[in-house]
Amino acid sequence: MSQQPEMPDLSQLRPPRGVVPIAIAVVLLGWAGYSAFFTVPAESVGVIQRFGHYHREVDPGLNFKLPFGIDTVTLVPVKRQLKEEFGFSTPGAGFASQSSPPSQWALETTMVTGDLNIALVEWIIQFRIEEPFEYLFNVRDPGDTLRDVSESVMREVVGDRTVDEVLTIGRQDIEASAQVKLQEVVNKYEMGLRIDQIQLKNVNPPEPVQASFDRVNEAQQERERMINVARGEYNQAVPRARGEADQRIQSAEGYAIQRVNEAEGDVQRFDALLAEYLRAPEVTKRRLYLETFNEVLPRMKTKLIVDESSASVLPLLQLEAVGKGGSQ
Amino acid sequence: MNNIWGIAALVFGVIVAFVAAQSFYTVDETERVIITQFGRPLDDVIDQAGLKAKIPFIQEVNRIEKRILVWDGSANDMPTKDKLYITVDTFGRWRIRDPLQFFLRLRDERSAQSRLEDILGSETRNAVARHELIEIIRTTKDRSPEVDPLLADVDISTLLPISQGRQRIEAGILEAASGKLAEFGIELLDIRFKRINYNDSVREKIYSRMISERDQIADRFRSEGAGEAARINGNKERELQTIESVAYRTIQKIEGDADARATDIYARSYNQTPEAVALYTFLKTLETYRTVIDRDTTLVLSTDSDLMSLMKAMEE
Repeated sequence: MSQQPEMPDLSQLRPPRGVVPIAIAVVLLGWAGYSAFFTVPAESVGVIQRFGHYHREVDPGLNFKLPFGIDTVTLVPVKRQLKEEFGFSTPGAGFASQSSPPSQWALETTMVTGDLNIALVEWIIQFRIEEPFEYLFNVRDPGDTLRDVSESVMREVVGDRTVDEVLTIGRQDIEASAQVKLQEVVNKYEMGLRIDQIQLKNVNPPEPVQASFDRVNEAQQERERMINVARGEYNQAVPRARGEADQRIQSAEGYAIQRVNEAEGDVQRFDALLAEYLRAPEVTKRRLYLETFNEVLPRMKTKLIVDESSASVLPLLQLEAVGKGGSQ
Repeated sequence: MNNIWGIAALVFGVIVAFVAAQSFYTVDETERVIITQFGRPLDDVIDQAGLKAKIPFIQEVNRIEKRILVWDGSANDMPTKDKLYITVDTFGRWRIRDPLQFFLRLRDERSAQSRLEDILGSETRNAVARHELIEIIRTTKDRSPEVDPLLADVDISTLLPISQGRQRIEAGILEAASGKLAEFGIELLDIRFKRINYNDSVREKIYSRMISERDQIADRFRSEGAGEAARINGNKERELQTIESVAYRTIQKIEGDADARATDIYARSYNQTPEAVALYTFLKTLETYRTVIDRDTTLVLSTDSDLMSLMKAMEE
């Protein structure tokens, strides 16, 4: 619009002869240089197509191709570890990691197991582009295809397992089988990819049944606890009872030794006495008798001596009782 | 003068460039080209990538994809043979086998996709309706599941038996659909179930079954715990009674033996002669006096007794 008045100015400022071709030549050269040289980053290779036909593959560094769109280059990051995430997304992971929008996660993770239960499975696949030619020219949208195949394979593997295998003991087995199956499909379609690893992430029962799975865990703990308590009681009682029994046996042994020793002692003493006694039986007997009464009689408070010929014992006892009362 | 030549050269250059652009075209590795002449396709399909020539203005380039393409079916609700409503999401890979046929019948990929949706959608529905759910879920017929040793006794982690399996059903759909798609120049490479989920109404039932299964396991664990604890307790009782009674028996034996030995020792000594017997009786009687008589004992001694006889008469 504003160019209209400038038009005559342009025609007046006629450039000197030869400037226009030079300018054109410079522009062409600049374009040629710009479109002929390119760099390939260290992690990639460049695939060059001449008029659309596959021409060659170039290594990382500064490279040359025919300019003006005769050769086109596509960079393929063959050395980069690529990742697809299913059912979740690692934030800020960038190009190397792909995941679906959160609205798809519930559908992606929900799987039916071989015992017709439901499990929620999150997983990732790590892969690399191994054959750039195959990757570019055999399958359109290899990334989407890989995601579809991965979902299908994971469900196939999970569908052959029980919910308990999926949730607990079968995880490694699932990872390994899914990797093998996925690689088979990828090879079949010559997608040029190499599956390095499949990893299961969170694997859970659906939210409404989560609580009952937790109850199973609690019950399992409870079982262990009950058994441990009983074992504890056993261990508390039995060794102690054993020790106490041993103690009583030992004390019985002590009794036995004591009993025999005492018997032997008694007998030795008796034998000694008997030997003496046999020498003078009458005197010894009397001596022992009197000694005993000598010892025993002073202990007694009440001693009555009665004469056979006198009256009965009774009056004397009564007297004693009265005397006792009076002294009180 | 100069100006006119310049303009003429420019116009000529533009015309040349335009004709060249109409005469040459590139074919990418990922495509094939069908040349149409006044809208009528030529029989020769250009299969080789590279720079090609054609008759300008008369012939037109139609690019046909050479790579494997994805058909991503929409998720549909459908019943299985066992009358369970499930949502099935399938996808398949296909490619254009016969570009001319494809071009004549469908012209572009969009109409191909809708044709695939029609045919595969209905074949999937047929296949699902002919099989029970478990056939679509499981693949390997004779797989026996790993069992958590903790759950070994609980008869719950079992895979349901199948006769066909997922891959065979997929193969069946592939076979049925392939024939119908061949006439469009399409080769169907495979079809796979991507997602199979219970319909919302079925899901509730599945959840309640899962809950009751888990509750069974939990009850089982509790009962096992109580049973094992009772067993240990019983063991403890038995052990305690054994210890107790063995100790009792041992003690009785030891003490009895000792008593017997002591008795033997005493008997041997006290019984050696009649005098020994007499002496023993005498000593034991005296000893009994010693123990029996204490402060509260009242002794009535007759003057006739041995001890007091002297009180009555000196002579003996």
